[in-house]
Amino acid sequence: MDRFRMIFQYFQSNSESVMNGICGLLALASVKIYTCFDFSCPCLPWYNMAYGLGIMFVPPITLFVCGLILNRQSLVMLEEWRRPQGHRKKDLAVIRYMCFSIMQRAMVAPVVWIVVTLLDGKCLICAFSGSVDPEKFVGFANIGPVQVQQLLAKVPCKDDELMRNNTSRKAVSRYLRCWSQALGWSILLILIVAVFLARWLRPCFNQATLLQARHWSNYIDIEQKIFEETCCEHSRLFAHKCILHFFKSMRQEIKLHSFSLPRQGEGAEGGEDLLWGITDQDQVNKLLKMWYYEKPPLDISRVTQR
Amino acid sequence: MDKFRMIFQFLQSNQESFMNGICGIMALASAQMYSAFDFNCPCLPRYNLAYGLGILLVPPFILLLLGFVLNNNVSMLAEEWRRPQGQRGKDPAVLRYMFCSMAQRAMIAPAVWVSVTLLDGKCITCAFCTSVPVETLGNASHPGLSQGEMKRVLARIPCKEIYDGQELIANEVAIRYLRCISQALGWCFVLLMTMLAFLVRSLRPCFTQAAFLKSRYWSHYIDIERKLFDETCAEHARSFAKVCIQQFFEGMSTDLAAAHRHPPRKAPADAGEAAEKLLGIIDQGTMNTALKSWHRCKPPLHLHPPALPSGNGWAGEEQPPVHPPVPRREMAAYYSRV
Repeated sequence: MDRFRMIFQYFQSNSESVMNGICGLLALASVKIYTCFDFSCPCLPWYNMAYGLGIMFVPPITLFVCGLILNRQSLVMLEEWRRPQGHRKKDLAVIRYMCFSIMQRAMVAPVVWIVVTLLDGKCLICAFSGSVDPEKFVGFANIGPVQVQQLLAKVPCKDDELMRNNTSRKAVSRYLRCWSQALGWSILLILIVAVFLARWLRPCFNQATLLQARHWSNYIDIEQKIFEETCCEHSRLFAHKCILHFFKSMRQEIKLHSFSLPRQGEGAEGGEDLLWGITDQDQVNKLLKMWYYEKPPLDISRVTQR
Repeated sequence: MDKFRMIFQFLQSNQESFMNGICGIMALASAQMYSAFDFNCPCLPRYNLAYGLGILLVPPFILLLLGFVLNNNVSMLAEEWRRPQGQRGKDPAVLRYMFCSMAQRAMIAPAVWVSVTLLDGKCITCAFCTSVPVETLGNASHPGLSQGEMKRVLARIPCKEIYDGQELIANEVAIRYLRCISQALGWCFVLLMTMLAFLVRSLRPCFTQAAFLKSRYWSHYIDIERKLFDETCAEHARSFAKVCIQQFFEGMSTDLAAAHRHPPRKAPADAGEAAEKLLGIIDQGTMNTALKSWHRCKPPLHLHPPALPSGNGWAGEEQPPVHPPVPRREMAAYYSRV
């Protein structure tokens, strides 16, 4: 039992850190995916907005759902929520606590993606280059509306033949990037202030309820892990007894039907105990054939009752 | 048995993490393979589509099959599926559970390949460059080009060095357009797969939790039972071989002693362990004969019972053949203890 205790103490203390670790890895993965991703704005009037906003919002949704999937506690919470009441009442505060902590961890990677996107600026430049006021920029003023839209849509593409030497393109680009970075830093600041306030002010509200909810959510998690471990242990013992019973019944059959010289009794078998009385090529073949064609029933009540 | 217990607990608790590890390695391998692969669009009208779609769809299929091959549990599933019913009933729910969990893991590497391919854009650009909307993006009214001729020109879009349709439609414009579509498809595919995985995982506790616990327990049981049976058979084979060889050496030494008309040399009672291990063979000639006999005439796979104390030193009689025993009627219950 000592080994079990060690393993479970490890699980208990590290359940939170395992989840924090996964959360951190996902955040790093989101930055890595963004840097590896080859952003190429289509530079066409309607497609720009769809592409830019799509790249800004679809990957965060994917990362959020990934964060929910990878978090083991979400399954535990769902099971607790959907289980029939039985003899144990359900505490909604515990379920709410678990839900909240899962959401918090799952939101980190999407927020990192959005902030990195805004600080980099390419997405916003691509999405909103067609929405700037052309009169503010010398190179785009006094051009017909349709043409100006086409030109503005090409601003994100530096290598386009029309835009290669256009200084107003750089002006629009800088303008949009400035807005993008301002937005990015503001979001980051607001989030950090919110997290700071939440952590500092939480003990002022309902601390006792919080402690209870945290305790019981840990308990549910550990109880499920121990149940799985116990099932594994049980199935191992079950299999062990089942196979022993099978070998013993083979030995009895051989004794019953063979005309071998009388043995000296159980004591003389000593080191040959592992042979189970099976000492012949035909007997071994028969044992293997029986194992395949007629597996023993899953019932060891006769073995355990002895 | 303590050693077995440790090994099996390790395997059991780590079976899932081992399979997850293989799954992750295959996903990384598939991304790496894609970046190492030298994509070469043929830039010819019908070949483009075949090449592009082939690179998009054939490697994932191969990765899926590889995922099944590398999974240890495939043979276990096949065995359980094909075995005769005998005294133990078969539960289709267990087979379904085993198949589903293998299929889920095998699908990850192909999904990674398809996502990486779509997000990169080269395959879709190659496959669909002849379908670019020239009216909206370029000059459709460019004179002197029949349909076939236009398709031939458009097919060269991915190959910038030989592209000669700059007046028809600019190369960068077409490539940007196609890549945008490809990346949009890629992200939609990734989102769809993730949502699907999320639904599969979260609907289970809502609907079939009890059946799931049962299937999981019995599929683990089948796995453990198979491993334990293999270990027991290996132990048996080891003991069988040990006794067989021991009896061979003893038989050899007794034979030779009988041939030279003196009683077999038994180790004296106060001799050390080393003398016992010599099994009565203590000179070069005897040893050489023993080795030759081992090669020329291996003993039958049939162990003699231990020698009786009446003094008949050579227990070399053949056992009478064992009659095939009548199969015993045992209870045919699929008894679940969950």
